[in-house]
Amino acid sequence: MHPAPSIILFTTLSGLGFGMLAFLGLSVPAPRGWTAFAFFFIAYALSVGGLLFSTFHLGHPERALKAFTQWRSSWLSREAWAAVIALVLMGLYAIGLVFFGMRWAIFGVTGGIMSLVTVFATSMIYMQMTTVPRWNHWSPPVLFLGYSLAGGALLTGRVSLALLLLAVVGAIQIVAWFDQERRESQSESTMATATGLGGIGSVRAFEHPHTGESYLTKEMVYVVARKHRQVLKIISVLLAFVLPVALLLAPFHHILAALAVISHLAGVLVQRWLFFAEARHVVGHYYGRA
Amino acid sequence: MTSLPSHTEKSLGLVIDLDTCVGCHACVTACKGWNTENYGAPLADKDAYGAEPVGSFLNRIHSFEVQPETGPAQLIHFPKSCLHCADAPCVTVCPTGASYKRQEDGIVLVNESDCIGCGLCAWACPYGAREMDPVEQVMKKCTLCVDRIYNENLPEEDRQPACVRTCPAGARHFGDLADPESGVSKLVAERGGIDLMPEQGTAPVNQYLPPRPKDEAPEFDVLAPYLEPVAEEPRGFLGWLDRTLEKIG
Repeated sequence: MHPAPSIILFTTLSGLGFGMLAFLGLSVPAPRGWTAFAFFFIAYALSVGGLLFSTFHLGHPERALKAFTQWRSSWLSREAWAAVIALVLMGLYAIGLVFFGMRWAIFGVTGGIMSLVTVFATSMIYMQMTTVPRWNHWSPPVLFLGYSLAGGALLTGRVSLALLLLAVVGAIQIVAWFDQERRESQSESTMATATGLGGIGSVRAFEHPHTGESYLTKEMVYVVARKHRQVLKIISVLLAFVLPVALLLAPFHHILAALAVISHLAGVLVQRWLFFAEARHVVGHYYGRA
Repeated sequence: MTSLPSHTEKSLGLVIDLDTCVGCHACVTACKGWNTENYGAPLADKDAYGAEPVGSFLNRIHSFEVQPETGPAQLIHFPKSCLHCADAPCVTVCPTGASYKRQEDGIVLVNESDCIGCGLCAWACPYGAREMDPVEQVMKKCTLCVDRIYNENLPEEDRQPACVRTCPAGARHFGDLADPESGVSKLVAERGGIDLMPEQGTAPVNQYLPPRPKDEAPEFDVLAPYLEPVAEEPRGFLGWLDRTLEKIG
C-alpha cells in the first residue's frame, strides 16, 4: 500500500494526541492552571493537527462533513464522530481545570474513554480490510491503542507507567511483525483464485493492461523501498522503544525527557511507514505482484 | 445508504467468456468513450502524450500466461471491471453514503457529488475495480452503463453496456444473473461460470467462463503408415548431388 505522508502523520500525531488526552482525562491528580493549559495545548495540537493532515489525503476535503453521516456502517464515519465527541468533552474538562481550577470528572472520564474509542476506530479502518491480509489481523487495534497509551504516558510525564508500556508495546510489535508475515503467507487469495485459471496450470502475468502506472499500481501495488524493511524495523524499535526507555532510566532531566519524546515520535513515524509500505493488497495478484 | 440492500430485485451483471476474448481492448476504448461523454465526471487522462501518462479506466484487460503440466503455455486475455458484488465491501466502508448498491437492479454506483475522495472503497475492493479520477478527484467505477441500458432514446440493440455492444468477438454478455431463465444464467450453467476470488466473500455477480480445454494431438494417427517416407536413400540426380556434396564437405 502507498505510504501517503498525510496518513502516516495523521495516525502518528493523532494517536499520540488522543493517548495524551486519555491520560489527562482518566488519571488523577489532574494538572491545574497553566500546567494544565500546557498539557492540553500539546494534546490538542497533536490530535487536531493530525486530523488536519488526514484531510490533505482527501480528494474533496470541502465535503468532509458528509463523512459524519454513515456511522451505522463505516468505521471512518465512526472515527469522525468519536474524534469530535472526544475533543468537545475534553475541551470542557480542560476549561474547568485551566480556568476554574475545578475537575469536572464526568467530562474527563467520558472524554478520556472517547479518545481511546477514536484510536480504536482508526485501527478498525485497517483491520476490516480483508483485501490486505497483513492488516486483517489482531495487531492493528492492539498496536494502535498500545502506541497511543505508551506515547500518552510518555508525554504526560508518567515515567514508571511509560517505561512499562514502552517495553510491553515494543514486545507486542516485534511479535506482530512475525505474525503478520505468517498471516500474509497463509492468505487464501492467490493468482490462481484471482484469475480462476489455476485449474489449468501455473499462472503468470504476461502483459499488464497498461504500459505505465495507474491509480491501482500507485495506490495498492506499492513496492518501492520495501527491500529496506528489515533495517527500518530495527531502526523503528530502537527509536520508538529502546532509546526512550534508556533515556527515562537515566537520572531525570527535562532535556532527556524531551529527547525521549522526540525519539519515540520518530520511531512511530518509521513504524507507520512500514505499516503501509509492507502491506500487500490482493489486487497485486492481477499484476503478478509487480 | 451505505448499508447493503438485503436483497435486490434483479442482479444485472456481465458474463465474460475467457475462451473467446481476443484481447483487442475494444471494450476498454468503448467504455472510456461512452463514460467520458455521459454519466458523471469524464474519465480523465493526465500527461497523455508525456513521459508518465496516467488516466482513469473502468475496464482493463490483463493477459495471463498459463502453463499446464504438459503441452504448450496458453495465453488468456482477461477483461476486468466492477463485478457488482452482492456483498460489496466497497459500499459499507464509505463514510459519506456516496457509494451504494441499488435495490432494483443490484448495480453498484457512486454519487459523485457526495464523494470526498478518501479512497477507502478502492482499498476495500479485491478486484481493483475502482479508480480515483486524477482530475476530478472522485471515485470512478463501472456503472454497467446505467445511462444506456434503460435509455429509451437509444435503439433497442444499443440498450446494453458499451463494452458488450462493441465486443467484436462476442466475449461479453449482459443480463440478469438472478433470473435462472435469462440467457446469461443459462450460459453460466452450461459453461461452468466461476466467481473471482470467492474466498474474499464478496459474492460477485459478474461471472467468468473458463477457457474450454484445448484440442490435443492424437497419440496415434490412422494415416501415419501411409505418410512414411517412401525412399530411404536418395536416388537419381538428388542421389548424385548428395554424394558429391558429401565428398566436398
